[in-house]
Amino acid sequence: MKRIVAILLLAILGSCANASSQTVIDVWAMGREGEVIGDLIPQFERENPGIRVRVQQLPFSAAHEKLLTAFVGDALPDMSQLGNSWVPEFAALGALEPLDQRVAASADVPRADYFPGIWDSNLVDGKLYGVPWYVDTRLLFYRRDILKRAGFDHPPRDWAEWRRQMVAIKKLVGPDKYAVYFPLNEYEPLEILGLQAAEPMVTDDARGNFGSAGFRKSFDFYLGTMRDGLAPVAASTDVANVWDEFDRGWFSFYITGPWQIGEFKRRLPPEHQGEWMTAPMPGPDGPGVSNAGGSSLVLFKSSAKKDAAWKLVRFLSRPDIQSKFHALTGDLPPRISVWKTPALANDPYSKAFGEQMTRMRATPKVPEWERIATDLKLVTEKAARGVLSPDRAIDDLNKRADETLAKRRWVLLRQKRQGDAS
Amino acid sequence: MNRERAAWGFVAPALIALGLFFFLPVVAALILSFTDFDIYALADIGNLRFVGLDNYLHLLQTPLFWKALGNTAWFVLLGVPLSIAMSLAAALLLDSKLARFKGILRTVYFAPVVTTLVAVAVIWRYLLHTKYGLVNWVLGGIGIGPIDWLGDPHWSMPAIVLFAVWKNFGYNMIIILAGLQTIPEELHEAARIDGASAWQRLRHVTLPGLAPVLLVVSILTMAGYFQLFAEPYVMTQGGPAESTVSILYFMYEQGFKWWNLGFASAVAFVLFAIMFALTLLQLRVSERWMR
Repeated sequence: MKRIVAILLLAILGSCANASSQTVIDVWAMGREGEVIGDLIPQFERENPGIRVRVQQLPFSAAHEKLLTAFVGDALPDMSQLGNSWVPEFAALGALEPLDQRVAASADVPRADYFPGIWDSNLVDGKLYGVPWYVDTRLLFYRRDILKRAGFDHPPRDWAEWRRQMVAIKKLVGPDKYAVYFPLNEYEPLEILGLQAAEPMVTDDARGNFGSAGFRKSFDFYLGTMRDGLAPVAASTDVANVWDEFDRGWFSFYITGPWQIGEFKRRLPPEHQGEWMTAPMPGPDGPGVSNAGGSSLVLFKSSAKKDAAWKLVRFLSRPDIQSKFHALTGDLPPRISVWKTPALANDPYSKAFGEQMTRMRATPKVPEWERIATDLKLVTEKAARGVLSPDRAIDDLNKRADETLAKRRWVLLRQKRQGDAS
Repeated sequence: MNRERAAWGFVAPALIALGLFFFLPVVAALILSFTDFDIYALADIGNLRFVGLDNYLHLLQTPLFWKALGNTAWFVLLGVPLSIAMSLAAALLLDSKLARFKGILRTVYFAPVVTTLVAVAVIWRYLLHTKYGLVNWVLGGIGIGPIDWLGDPHWSMPAIVLFAVWKNFGYNMIIILAGLQTIPEELHEAARIDGASAWQRLRHVTLPGLAPVLLVVSILTMAGYFQLFAEPYVMTQGGPAESTVSILYFMYEQGFKWWNLGFASAVAFVLFAIMFALTLLQLRVSERWMR
C-alpha cells in the first residue's frame, strides 16, 4: 500500500515538474491562415523550448460566433487571430488585453515599421488591442487592353478620370457589356467609396452620418454607374464565374482584394495574362484611400499565459517570419520593411497594394459596424434597383444606423455620467 | 401513501430533468425577452436594462420581421398542403394492391428524410442552377425559359418550398401509411359491393378513416414548416433581397449574429404565440369537421 502511494505521489510530482517546464498555449486561427500557421510553429517551438503551441483551426464563417460563445463560456484561448474589424467589438466586451506596454517594451514590434492605417485599425479609444498580422485592402483590378483601346494609357487617378474612362469603355464594348462591376450583395466597394469621404460614416456620439456631403458624393458616384449603364445591376450570385466574365470583357474594372492575385494568375488563360493589372483606388480628388482590413494577433484578458503568448505574437511579427508567411499564403505583410524584400518589391501586381497601404482608413470603430454595413448593402441594392430614390435611401440608412446604435448611445451616456460622478 | 411516494420517486428524475432543461430555459428566455441583453450587457451586466414590452413593440415596428413573417406564411401556405398532398398520394400508392416494388419505393421516398440536409441542399443548389441546372434543362425541354430559382426574389421561396417538400414528405407518408393500414378492409369491401367507385371509396371511406391521422400530420407539418431555418440558411443565406428570411432565420441573425439576445427571445415567443394560436384553431376546425 505504502509503495503504491509513493508511486502515485511521484507520478503527480513528475507531471507537475513537466507542466512547469512546458507552457502550453492555445491559439485559434482561421481559414487558410489557420492551416499555414502550423508550418511556422515548429520553428517557434525550437527557439522557445519551454513553450508548446496548440493550434485550433476555425472556419472563417463560424469564427465570430465561436469567439463570442467562448467569451460567454469563459473558454477563450490564450491568443487568437482576430479580424481587425472585430477588434472594437471584443474591446467593448472587455475580452482583449491592451498591448501598449508590451509593444513599448519589445524592440522587435516597432510601431514606426507598420503602415499607419492598419496600425490605427487596432486602436480603440487610443488603446492598442491587436498587432496587425496581415492586410486585406481592396483596390482596382482592371483590363489594360480594353483601357488602352478606349484611349487611355494609365489607370484612373481620381473619380473624374475614372468616370471618363468608364464612359469611353462603355462606348467601346457596346450594350451587352459594362465598364465596372459592383456586386450588389457585397458592401465593400461602397464602403470604400464611403471611407474616401471627408466625414466619418458614424459620428463620435454614435449616430449615422450618411447625409454628409462627402458620403452623398460617394453614393451618387456609385449609383451613377448603374443608372448610366456603366455597371450591371447584378449580384455576385448572378455571375457564374467572375474570372471568365472578366476575361470576356463583360466588365473592365473590379474592386477586390489581394487574394485575387493568385486566382487571376491561375484562372485566366496564359495568353491573356498580360492584359490585367492592379491599380490603387482613385479618390474624389486624386489618389484615394481604401479599407484597412485584415487580421490582427490578440491576447485575451482571461489568459494566464499572456507572456508566453506574447512571445508567439513577437515571433509571428518578425520580418523574416512575415516574409515566409507571405510566401505561404500571399497575404500582404503589414510591416514596411518586409515590402523591401524582392518577393514583394519585384511583383508587378503587388506594387499597387504596397502603394495603397500608405493610404488606408479603418472602418468606423463601433461594434455595430458590420450590421450597419449590412444595412448599407440592403438599402443600396434597393436604390440600385430603383425601389428607393437616393434621398430616401440616405434617410433610411441614417434611420437604421441610429436605431442600431441606440444602445451604444445609452452606454456612452452612462459611462459619461459615471465618469462625472467619480 | 407509500404507493404515492413511490410513484413520485419514479417520476421525479424525469420531472427534474424536464424542469431543469426545459422549463427553466423557457422561463429564462421569457425574462430575457423583457431585457435589452446584448454584447454591452455581456461586457458589463450594468448595461442590462429591463425594457418591459419594448422588444415586442419594436419587433412589431421592424419591417424585416413582417417580411420574415410574410415569407414564412408563404412557405406554410404553399408547403403544408403540398407536402400533405404528396405524402397522401405516396402513401395511397404504397398502400394500393396495384403497386409493385413497394419496398424499394418506400425506401426511395423515405431516403430524403434521413439524409443530411446540408448535403442534399448542396445537390439541390446544383439542380436549381440557372444555367447548368437539371431543373431548368427539363423546363427548357418543354419550352419554358430558364428560371433563376435562387437568384430571383420571386422564385427563391417556391424553390425552397419545392426542396423542403421533397425533403420531408416521406416522414408524413410513413405516418399516413400506418393510418391507412388501420382502416378495416371490410369497410372497403362493403362499399365496393354497394357499387362505390374508387373515387367514392376514397372520399367516403379512406379519408374519414384517416381524419385523426391527417389532423396530427397537419399540426406536425405546420409546426415544422413554421420553424423553417436550415433550408434558407444553407441555400440562400436569406437572400436574394431578403426574400427567404424566415422568422427563425431572423431570430438566428438577431441572436447569434448580432448578439441581441433579448430581442431574439422576443421573436421566439411571438413565434410560439402564433403557432399556439394556429394549432388551437386547427383543433377547433377539425372538431367541428369531425362531428
